[in-house]
Amino acid sequence: MNLNINVDDNEKLKTVTLSGEIDAYTAPKLKETLLPLTQEDQAVVKVDLEGVSYMDSTGLGVFISALKSTKEYDSQLTLVKMNDRVYRLFEITGLTEIIDIETDSTVRGGM
Amino acid sequence: MTETFDFIEIKIPAKAEYVGVVRLSISGIANRMGFAYDDIEDLKVGISEAITNAVKHAYNETGEGEITLGFGVYEDRLEVMVADHGGSFDLKKVKEDTGPYQEEDSIEELREGGFGLFLIDALMDKVEINNKYGVIVLMTKYLHENEVGFNDDQISTTQ
Repeated sequence: MNLNINVDDNEKLKTVTLSGEIDAYTAPKLKETLLPLTQEDQAVVKVDLEGVSYMDSTGLGVFISALKSTKEYDSQLTLVKMNDRVYRLFEITGLTEIIDIETDSTVRGGM
Repeated sequence: MTETFDFIEIKIPAKAEYVGVVRLSISGIANRMGFAYDDIEDLKVGISEAITNAVKHAYNETGEGEITLGFGVYEDRLEVMVADHGGSFDLKKVKEDTGPYQEEDSIEELREGGFGLFLIDALMDKVEINNKYGVIVLMTKYLHENEVGFNDDQISTTQ
């Protein structure tokens, strides 16, 4: 019931690897870590959600904040490797249209 | 005709750190009832959103107060009640701020916290909100309604 956040800060490419649950309790910590990374001019921020077993609207809120921040600082945000459950929330809320999400479409929905 | 059902009540402090504990509880109850994996995940999100709302709006995150959760276990459905006893939030405003992102909306207008109630509505079969004495959210999920699971949402475009 916690969220582990690992940041690999490699100059302009920043990879954030998450594992655990994103909810009202853990989202503030994620926001605190993720936002400053997107506030670097032209930074490319990649968030790996493969290890995220649970997420709700509090997580969506964090990624929306981060996206807004990328527009302000001319940086980039990409979400990668999320599971079907997590992807579904982005889909229901229409956020797949505006947030850059890398998915393996051949796997999705095929189970 | 009276329906028999089991009732489970849980009281938690109105603090975000207990949302995960309740998720484990509802997961156990729903699993015992025979809900499918995806429905259990929906229930977890639904109840978490309701508790997050209660913690945020009713108590202004001061961490005071309690949230009462009730689970009505019926033959064909699970009814979940989330009640904060105390403050209340402006329901009309919450509803106005609720809804999916539309393509014509600009990113600046995106609501960072407005998806909670929308998700409850999308993931549960029935949602009622009583705003009279504090806020009570009552949500219902039926058993066997979506036996195929959530993937059919993506495939059945012809319906």
